[in-house]
Amino acid sequence: MSTRLATGGRLLDKGRQVSFTFNGKRMTGCAGDTLASALLANDQVMMGRSFKYHRPRGVVASGAEEPNALVGLGTGARFEPNQRATTTELFEGLSAASQNHWPSLDYDIGAVNQAFARFLPAGFYYKMFMFPRVFWKHVYEPFIRQSAGLGKAPDAETRDADTYEHFHAYTDVLVIGGGIAGLQAALAAGRSGARVLVMEQTPHWGGRAPVDGGEVDGKPAEAFIDAAVAELEAMDNVTLRLRCMGAGVYDHGYVLGYERLSDHAPGADGPRHRLWRVRAGQVITATGAIERPLSFAGNDVPGVMLASALRDYVVNWGVSAGDRTVVVTNNDDAYRTALVLLDAGLNVPLILDARAGGGGALADEARARGIRVETGKGIAKVKGRARVTGVAICAQAGEGAVLEEVPCDAVAMSGGWSPVVHLWSHCGGKLNWDDALAMFRPDAGRAPTGHDGAPFVAACGAANGEFGLNAILKDANTAGQTAARATGHKPGRKGAPKASDAGDEAPLEQVWLMPQGANIKLRMKAWLDYQNDVKVSDVQLAAREGYESVEHTKRYTTLGMATDQGKLSNINGLAVLSNVLGQPIPQAGTTTFRPPYTPISMGAIAGEARGALFQPIRRTTVHDWHEAQNAYMEPVGHWRRPYCFPKAGESHEDAVQREVRATRDSLGLLDASTLGKLIVKGPDAGRFMDMMYTNMMSNLAVGKCRYGLMCSENGFLMDDGVVARLSDDTWLCHTTTGGAERVHAHMEEFLQTEWWDWQIFVANVTEQYAQFGVVGPNSRKVLEKLGGVDLSKEALAFMQWTEGTLAGIESRIFRISFSGELSYEVAVPASMGRAFWNKLLEAGKEFGVTPYGTEALHIMRAEKGFIMIGDETDGTVIPQDLGLNWAISKKKEDYIGKRAQARSYMTNPERWKLVGLETVDGSVLPDGAYAVGEGVNANGQRVVQGRVTSTYHSPTLERGIAMGLVLHGPDRMGEVLDFPRLDGSIVQAKIVDHVWFDKDGEKQNV
Amino acid sequence: MRRYSAFAIAREAARYHSGWGKAWSSPEPKKKYDVIIVGAGGHGLATAFYLGRNFGITNVAVIEKGWLGGGNTGRNTTIIRSNYLQDPSAAIYEKSRSLYETMSQDLNYNVMFSPRGVMMLAQTQAEVRGYLRTAQANALQGVSTRFIQPAEVKKLVPIINLDGPRYPVLGALWQDRAGTARHDAVAWGYARACSDMGMDIIQQCEVTAVRREGGRVVGVDTTKGAIDCDKLGIVVAGNSGVMAERAGFRLPIESVALQALVSEPIKPCMDVVVMANTVHGYMSQSDKGEMVIGGGADGFNNYTQRGSFHHIEETVRALVETFPMVSRLKMLRQWGGIVDMTGDRSPILSKTPVEGVFINGGWGTGGFKATPGSGWAMAELMAKGHSPLTDEFSMWRFKEGKFIDESVAAGVAH
Ligand SMILES: Cc1cc2nc3c(=O)[nH]c(=O)nc-3n(C[C@H](O)[C@H](O)[C@H](O)COP(=O)(O)OP(=O)(O)OC[C@H]3O[C@@H](n4cnc5c(N)ncnc54)[C@H](O)[C@@H]3O)c2cc1C
Repeated sequence: MSTRLATGGRLLDKGRQVSFTFNGKRMTGCAGDTLASALLANDQVMMGRSFKYHRPRGVVASGAEEPNALVGLGTGARFEPNQRATTTELFEGLSAASQNHWPSLDYDIGAVNQAFARFLPAGFYYKMFMFPRVFWKHVYEPFIRQSAGLGKAPDAETRDADTYEHFHAYTDVLVIGGGIAGLQAALAAGRSGARVLVMEQTPHWGGRAPVDGGEVDGKPAEAFIDAAVAELEAMDNVTLRLRCMGAGVYDHGYVLGYERLSDHAPGADGPRHRLWRVRAGQVITATGAIERPLSFAGNDVPGVMLASALRDYVVNWGVSAGDRTVVVTNNDDAYRTALVLLDAGLNVPLILDARAGGGGALADEARARGIRVETGKGIAKVKGRARVTGVAICAQAGEGAVLEEVPCDAVAMSGGWSPVVHLWSHCGGKLNWDDALAMFRPDAGRAPTGHDGAPFVAACGAANGEFGLNAILKDANTAGQTAARATGHKPGRKGAPKASDAGDEAPLEQVWLMPQGANIKLRMKAWLDYQNDVKVSDVQLAAREGYESVEHTKRYTTLGMATDQGKLSNINGLAVLSNVLGQPIPQAGTTTFRPPYTPISMGAIAGEARGALFQPIRRTTVHDWHEAQNAYMEPVGHWRRPYCFPKAGESHEDAVQREVRATRDSLGLLDASTLGKLIVKGPDAGRFMDMMYTNMMSNLAVGKCRYGLMCSENGFLMDDGVVARLSDDTWLCHTTTGGAERVHAHMEEFLQTEWWDWQIFVANVTEQYAQFGVVGPNSRKVLEKLGGVDLSKEALAFMQWTEGTLAGIESRIFRISFSGELSYEVAVPASMGRAFWNKLLEAGKEFGVTPYGTEALHIMRAEKGFIMIGDETDGTVIPQDLGLNWAISKKKEDYIGKRAQARSYMTNPERWKLVGLETVDGSVLPDGAYAVGEGVNANGQRVVQGRVTSTYHSPTLERGIAMGLVLHGPDRMGEVLDFPRLDGSIVQAKIVDHVWFDKDGEKQNV
Repeated sequence: MRRYSAFAIAREAARYHSGWGKAWSSPEPKKKYDVIIVGAGGHGLATAFYLGRNFGITNVAVIEKGWLGGGNTGRNTTIIRSNYLQDPSAAIYEKSRSLYETMSQDLNYNVMFSPRGVMMLAQTQAEVRGYLRTAQANALQGVSTRFIQPAEVKKLVPIINLDGPRYPVLGALWQDRAGTARHDAVAWGYARACSDMGMDIIQQCEVTAVRREGGRVVGVDTTKGAIDCDKLGIVVAGNSGVMAERAGFRLPIESVALQALVSEPIKPCMDVVVMANTVHGYMSQSDKGEMVIGGGADGFNNYTQRGSFHHIEETVRALVETFPMVSRLKMLRQWGGIVDMTGDRSPILSKTPVEGVFINGGWGTGGFKATPGSGWAMAELMAKGHSPLTDEFSMWRFKEGKFIDESVAAGVAH
């Protein structure tokens, strides 16, 4: 039985009971419990089922390395799958459910997989399920997916009830890990005045030391911890954070921290998680070490646990995993567990020490206290299915012949320790194999380096492979001082406090399989990766089949790829692989350590940027007015623009047609504020403009406007718009709505990389102005009615601009047209936008003023034969394709794209050219349709000779009109082309001129 | 070669799987080969495979500096689709997709090609028009795609949020025979088949120089010594620029990091692949249950095989917005690969200025799907000096300005 002990439990507040449910069953624990310790206290050792064979599984560890005890936590919008019970702090009302079983944890149909285990070795799925072919998609794969998958998916309509935030921090020294090494390193760095940030993933300072014992300055480790924390708290330059894990180390000292603010108190005010985004001068990883399991048959039966974890549960949480615990080990540390168990009044019938020579002082003490110790022995097999009932003992040197069976209800195993080198390794830190301690340790000579080639990560303490208290504190002190120095601070001379050295310990012996000659039946039951069900036999099979690289083995067997990322299994697996290959372990090498250290919530990664804050919507000054009219809005760039303004009961199509007619008949209004407005100013602005645009812009007279084309370096048309010359050294460039930022960046790129000596500023003033199109035969009348500026033909001719006070509002008026109508665009300061708009509406009443949206805009420009960036262009079209040669200056020596446009394919007469298209039956050509030619090409594809670039129903012509790019198009006027529809039927369209409306420009010139 | 099947497994189970042989052998290099392929990624191995299978050329070595399949082949998010816009792309990607359909049977290795359907969301009017155009083009190219309405999107992807406050889903381009495959298995399956044809796969061996005589290739220098050859195929993805330099020419290729990440495994909740290009993210669920997630490439050149966190953040934001329940999942691991980007984001399959040297690279962020088709075409190019599938992908197209630009239809091309 696992149970709560009368004594122990240094982290508990035994007076405070906490009730929770597991699989619907009500249970109680204490404040300070983890879910795992509380479950143990309720005799719930079995906590889950494994991934592949659905084996019953209990908790094996006590921290972040736990592979088995994963639960679905919470309900509804706060449900979360795959939460580790060992790192889940217990809270009142917690509700947890075990995973990966049906119908229940105790009776799981999926467990039949165990019976077939022989047929499901590593990689079996690569060798079967191939016939018949269609079965993969419809039979095999759905079955495999359903039986894998671990935790339940949150409900499809879940909207996370919690919030998250990001925190940006800068620090000289970041210490990851708040055990004694981390605290000492922080003290050493902090005393120099350096800014120090310390992150500790658990809710407690001090790490393992209080459990493992030892003295600092003659006092228990706990006293040192309290004093250190007090001293650090008193320093202004030091920040301490609990429940905050160092998640990843990236280039240039960039580190992610993951702070779990309210996982232990769900629903509390404020964010649930906080993602720390830290720029650190130096990073110290004081992340401790993790104990390794031993590989013996049945090492996954619930009740078999890491020796250190058993010790933790007794000391920290006052729970025992069982009354009688057999300890099995290859090192001295596990003896501490035996002694702790004795101290707690529990029974340790036997210690199996695989080393022929046995242990040191701790072993003597265990013997002296009456524990039976067998050396050179190991476990042949664990008895029991859902719970340990005993162990069968064998000689470690043999093949597993059973010498004796010993009943017990828990097994404490220790295969040695592995430093937590993850964060050290994320950014390229290299490791050395220490054969004496059987562990990979950070190689200080090959640390991650920053931009200057100097190291920026250092490991210390157990994370650096140091295990004696004294050595750890010294190592940490040096690391803290070195980091302080590296960030320009003067560390004092204060050394580390003196601590007790580990007593006389016998060396560890490498034991990668127990017993050493275990037969195949035993190896098939000796687990390496608990969660993914990878056994010794699987790794051996992979190696035999040629998957010899450690990465191949990992991928073939899935070793180390579970949610614990191999924290317990990687080294054991690597050792088994090396043995088969007959190579030393370091030659096989490790797999790459990748962030995050343990999984972090997607919610935290997304942070505040969700919902309305995901990509904030840019709003024009009349955005609210549009919404109040129930405009149908479409996203364009980061804006929303009205597509049309449907009246009650009106379809979008009808609204668009009405808007076009009303504008052409009388007066339309367009909110054009979203169009980009870039000011180019400076002594060199003229020649810069000539480089940016294909047209000549330097000779544009002040007061005049010119339609300009802008190409990429590759010659492709990237943006267009009207350019106005505001003064001698100032040009105003209009860009497309989506193009403003891109064009601005394009200009800056050239200014900063090519012509950095030209004297020019470019400013994006898009949002400084509200700009409205006043369009239609009555546009002049309405503006004259507003009064204040002479807008007669003589005063303001087509393609000119002027400034003045319209209706009392400072305005800049451009006489330009994108519809073919008499039309003006009026820019006013953004603050006056809404006021001006209201005045336009008011004055326009008598003309039946009609606001129109983007679709009416598109139709009118198409009727007039104007191209649209994004429709007629797609990144592969050059101005010459669109008959825009008139806008390309022949006089200029150069402009961006000119050289590219001279390349052979750019001047090829076979390039498709812009034409108008009219369906023979008057219908609307389908969007994106292609004109087919004769036969098929060398790859069997239908030959095509043109395509539709934009297509509309024109209310003005009362028929479908389209523009398109067609092979030799302009030379083929009148020819009829076939355009297949998606249903295979054909639409026929005639090649025509692409200007339908007012070809001679009489309307816009009135 | 020992055939794989359920019966073989049953037979082996009786003797505890002691009888399986090596999937591929790891020989020492010979003095000379007819053809050397540099790079044992999927593309290099597929090239070797089709040289043997289609042209009977089996005196071939595939030389790999690391472990086979350890480059982008083993790092990608395994999306396979052929709904490309431009004719040359659609031709090679569709050829490839159709080869995936029977790859498990052809290789006798289950690569788990799963034609579960790929959906590309249209979230702006411009995207709607772009995908309508792609659907039109695909119909004429023999690629089966369809533009679907939001209701059908929701039916196929119950976890999607159609009315995100930012970009509503307006429809999607849907290819129902597109999907995913097991990336490692593709490399392993080809390696086993090549080895079985007598080809040598030489791992842990870097090609350090290309030896030339009179403008012609005669062999390579490697970390395992000099090896002669008549023809050389460079198929090294992110290292294309480096290898080209060793062969004495330059390529219009830049190498940048592309990252991906997976969530912890959960029970099946999404059966298709969804790509949301407006917000820059895509997601599918692996057979293990992990949500496999990717996004845009890093904006700076590098060779480290790790990327910056900022892209991960952007991608996850996009997906939380598109699939709100993702917020309650956790990121299990992130990684990066170095992808080779050309100026038009389309690959190069080409002869080179050095006679006898051929290059296959520039697949950038989207070449896993092309693996068999690329191998098929490259083998033809190397064996016959020309292939209709590669004609348009010559490296000289950049000089002519004859780009094959796919960004037209979609911002990201995976
Ligand atoms: C994160 C990520 C996600 C992706 N997602 C997708 C996706 O969903 N769908 C898709 O279709 N594509 C995707 N891709 C792209 C795809 O992975 C690649 O285009 C494709 O795998 C390239 O295959 P390859 O065989 O050419 O290259 P690789 O697999 O990279 O193989 C090249 C090999 O050459 C070796 N090599 C290099 N130099 C030398 C030398 N000098 N000597 C010897 N050997 C050498 C390398 O070690 C490597 O093994 C993604 C890529 C990444 C990084």
